Parts: sequence; structure tokens; C-alpha cells
Amino acid sequence: MTARRSRALAGARGVGYALGLPVVLLALWWVAGDGSANIFLPSLREILDAFGRVWFSDVFVHDVVPSLWRLAAGYGAALLAGVAAGYVIGRWAVVRALASPALAYFRVLPAPVIIPVLLVAVGIGDTTKLIVIAFGALWPILLNTADGVRGVDEVTLETAAAYRLTGWARHRLVLRAASPQIFAGARQALGVAIILMVVSEMLMSTDGLGFTVIQFQRTFAFPEMWSGVLLLGVLGFVLAKLFELVERYALRWHRGLTGRQEGSS
Amino acid sequence: MSQSSPAATAAAAAAAAGLAGGALPMGHPEPPAHPGPEPQPQPAQGYGRVLGLLGLVVTAAGYEVVTRAFFSPRHVPPLGDIVPEAGGLLTDPEFWTATGRTLAVSAIGLVIAAVAGIAIGFGIGSVPWLLKVTSSTLDFLRPVPSIVLIPVLVLVLDVAEITVLLVAVSCFWIVLFQVLYGLRDVDPVAVETARSFRLGRAARTVHVVWPTVLPYLATAFRLMVSVALALALTGGLVMGAAGLGELIWASQEAGEVAAMYALVLLTGAIGIVLDTLARLAERRLLHWHVATRRELVR
Repeated sequence: MTARRSRALAGARGVGYALGLPVVLLALWWVAGDGSANIFLPSLREILDAFGRVWFSDVFVHDVVPSLWRLAAGYGAALLAGVAAGYVIGRWAVVRALASPALAYFRVLPAPVIIPVLLVAVGIGDTTKLIVIAFGALWPILLNTADGVRGVDEVTLETAAAYRLTGWARHRLVLRAASPQIFAGARQALGVAIILMVVSEMLMSTDGLGFTVIQFQRTFAFPEMWSGVLLLGVLGFVLAKLFELVERYALRWHRGLTGRQEGSS
Repeated sequence: MSQSSPAATAAAAAAAAGLAGGALPMGHPEPPAHPGPEPQPQPAQGYGRVLGLLGLVVTAAGYEVVTRAFFSPRHVPPLGDIVPEAGGLLTDPEFWTATGRTLAVSAIGLVIAAVAGIAIGFGIGSVPWLLKVTSSTLDFLRPVPSIVLIPVLVLVLDVAEITVLLVAVSCFWIVLFQVLYGLRDVDPVAVETARSFRLGRAARTVHVVWPTVLPYLATAFRLMVSVALALALTGGLVMGAAGLGELIWASQEAGEVAAMYALVLLTGAIGIVLDTLARLAERRLLHWHVATRRELVR
């Protein structure tokens, strides 16, 4: 067997492993659920039917787009603020000492409890949901950035000083060195942001994915509700994969490095 | 480009140093949370502690001034209103009942997740073909936020059961993946050595595999404690399951603003207590682990 052929075979086997179980599970659901008399558990056929009907219509514009916009805006704000504040806190020991009790508190405060606080403080509206998402996503990013920046190797900093790197070049260097940990925080924050998007819409909204799904459930539109759950699941998965792609690209220098290390040790 | 080359080298050196410390294992598409005790936010000493106290006082004073100057106490009450309210709550049996319920729900969910996660994790992780077959499905299911289950589960279970289930599902993924990462980390040389000493499968599991997985489980435990608390509260907020979350939501709806802020303040305090306990437990459990010993020497 030629090398190319065996490689193709291995690739095909990989695809088989990846798709095998999902296909079997979906087929089982399709067959077992077909003609289901249980109204709570509609068949896969009905759910997919509802999926097309519900989400490829103006509901997409009215509910999915606002949700995604709030998610993007809140997450983006958290990224900017978290990296900036984390950088300052990680870089200067005095700031870190001053901020550490407050940080310790916000690190453990469960994010969903700020929803009622913001409801009272800001009121119901797009802004509130945006702040909820941003606030929840902020802490993992901030704390990881601070940790990463503080952990930058001293030799790195001294080398930078010896080469007279100043100002922007130096900041960039530190941020770059801290970036693996910043990404770890950002990945954690993405999950938090999605959860807060859904919860905030379930609790206070007139539009959005979370609201629509709850609304379907209240009006006993079960296939539609299931299709919403499915959409939320797919959304979470797709965003996580997208993040992974961005991370892989941004940290490719780091990957190469670890690969070489593993090889040599 | 005379500048970029030292910069790149230095950055690489920093990353290598970080890796040597075991700070962030990369190279898997999804790097595991670091095994063993994480680099602790170091307990402040002397000078640092004074600064921390100062920071706390400044933050509190700043909050007080800003709220009194710019906000109505009906929206953002000053600490002068919140703290006495929190003190009152501490002697209120209703608060302690709610806290007990929330903690009980978190604990039950956590135990279910730990048992299921360890059993399934070891089951899948020790059979290579099973791991290959299931990995794509697990990767797909994990990022799905467990709260999407709320509308589905509301139809068949009561709210307390759903809250337990939410906690369990979220924590389950943490345990499962930590166990899988831990199993992948088992040193093949150690396994082969044990095999050549004629240790059976059970003995190998106890003496080689389990000690490798344990630090990962400890990390999972620490992560789970905060996730469990957050989801137990979410259950109360969204569905009114009895507990702290429900208490907070009720006081918000009743317009008892200071009481609600006090509850949130105390919730954070509970979070701190739980987190501290989890770290202590981790340290106890892993007193033999390199990361713990290194930390004590430091």
C-alpha cells in the first residue's frame, strides 16, 4: 500500500470516527421518536420542520440578530476593559495590592446575581443586558490577563530593557507573552457570556433567543421550543469552534514552541 | 526589523518559562485547566496587606460618595443602607434556610456530577476505541449551555429537581473532561513499569492511574464549587426554586432594594467561603503533589 493511500485511509477512518456516533444517535432519535404520541417530546422530523419554519424567517431578524448583537457588544467591551485593567493590575504591584480584595470578591461572585442588581440600578433595556454580559465576561479576562502579565518572565523584561524597548513596543511584548493566558480567560468568558445572554433574556426581555424559547414553551409550541434549544446548542458549539480557530491562529508561535519542547525533552 | 527579533525571542523565552512552570499546557485544541493547585493569588503580607486594606477602604468610600451624590437609594443604595441590612439578614432564620437550600442543591448536584463524571470518564478514557468514537459527540455537547434545558425540563420536573439537574449537568462536563485529560497524562513508562512488576489492572489503576488523575479531579472540584453555586442561584432567579436566588428575585420584585443589595453582598461572601474551603481541601488532598510543595517552599 502506498503512503498516500494509507494516509487517505487514515483520514477516512478519522472522519468515520467523528461522524459515526452522531449519525447513529440522530438516526435512533429519528426512528424512535417518529410518530411519538408524547407532545412534550416531538419527533426529530417535526423539530427540524419547525426549525426551518421558525428560524429562517423574520424571527431571525427580530430575535436572533439582537441576541447576537448584545453578545458581541458585551463580550467585546469585556475584552477591551478586561485586558486593559488586567494589564495595569498585573504590571504594577501597588495597583495589584490595592485592588486585590475587591478582585477576590468579584472573582467568586456568581455572575447571574448581578441581573437583579442591574434591573434595579439601570432598568429593563438593551443596555442592562449588555452590561450583564460585559460584567460577567469581564472577570475571567481581567484576572487571567493580570496573572499572565505578572507571570511574564523577568529575563524577557530585562532583555527588553537591554534592547531599550520603550513605550508601545514594550507593552506589546508583555501582552504577547501573556497572550496564552489571556486567551484562556477569554475562552472561559465566552461561555459565561452566552449563558448570561440567555438568562438575561429569559428574565427580562421582549426579544432575543432566550425570550423566544421561553415564549414557545409558555404557548405549548413544543416542536418550536425544541428547535430553539437546538439552535442555542448549535450557537454555543459554533462560537466555541470559532474561538478555537482564532486562538489557534493567534497563538501559532506558542504552539510551535511547545511542539519543539515536547520533541526535545 | 532589528527590534522584532529580540522581542520574539524574549516572548518565546517567557512562554517557555511559563510552560516549565506548568502554567498552561498547550498543544491540545482545548488545553486542560492546569492540573494540581493553581498558582495562588498569594496571601498578602505586611505592606501588601495594608495596601489591600487601603484599597478596600478607598473602594468602599468611593462607592459611598458616588451613590450618595449621583444615585437615588431606590436604584443604588449606599453602603450605609446595605451593611445594616446585611447584618439584620445574618440573624434572620429565613436567610439561613435559603442559604442551606442553595448549598444543599449545589452539593447534591455536585455529588451526582462527580460520581457520573468519574465513572463515565474512566469508562470512556480507558478504552481507546470508545474514546475515539465518542470524542466528536462530547466536543459537540460540551459547549451547549446547560440552561437551554430549562424550558424542556420545566415540562416534566419540579423546579428544585431541575436546579439540581442543571448543577449536575454543568459540573458533569467539568469532571468528565478533567478525568479524560488526567488519563491522557498518565505516564506510559510508569504503566509499563507497573506491568513488569506484575501489577494487575486494579493495582495499576490504584497506584499509577489514580494518583495522576487526582490533581485533575481536585482542579475539577475547585471549578465545580463556583459553577454549582452560580447555577443553584440561576435556578432560583429564573424559575423561583427555593433558595437564595429566589430570595434575591423576590426582594427585587418587592422593591426592597437595600435588602436585595445586602443579599447579593452576602452571596459573594458565601462564594468566598466556599472557594477558600475548596482550595483548602485541594491542598490537603494534594499535599504530596509537586505544585503544592513548591508553593509551600516559596
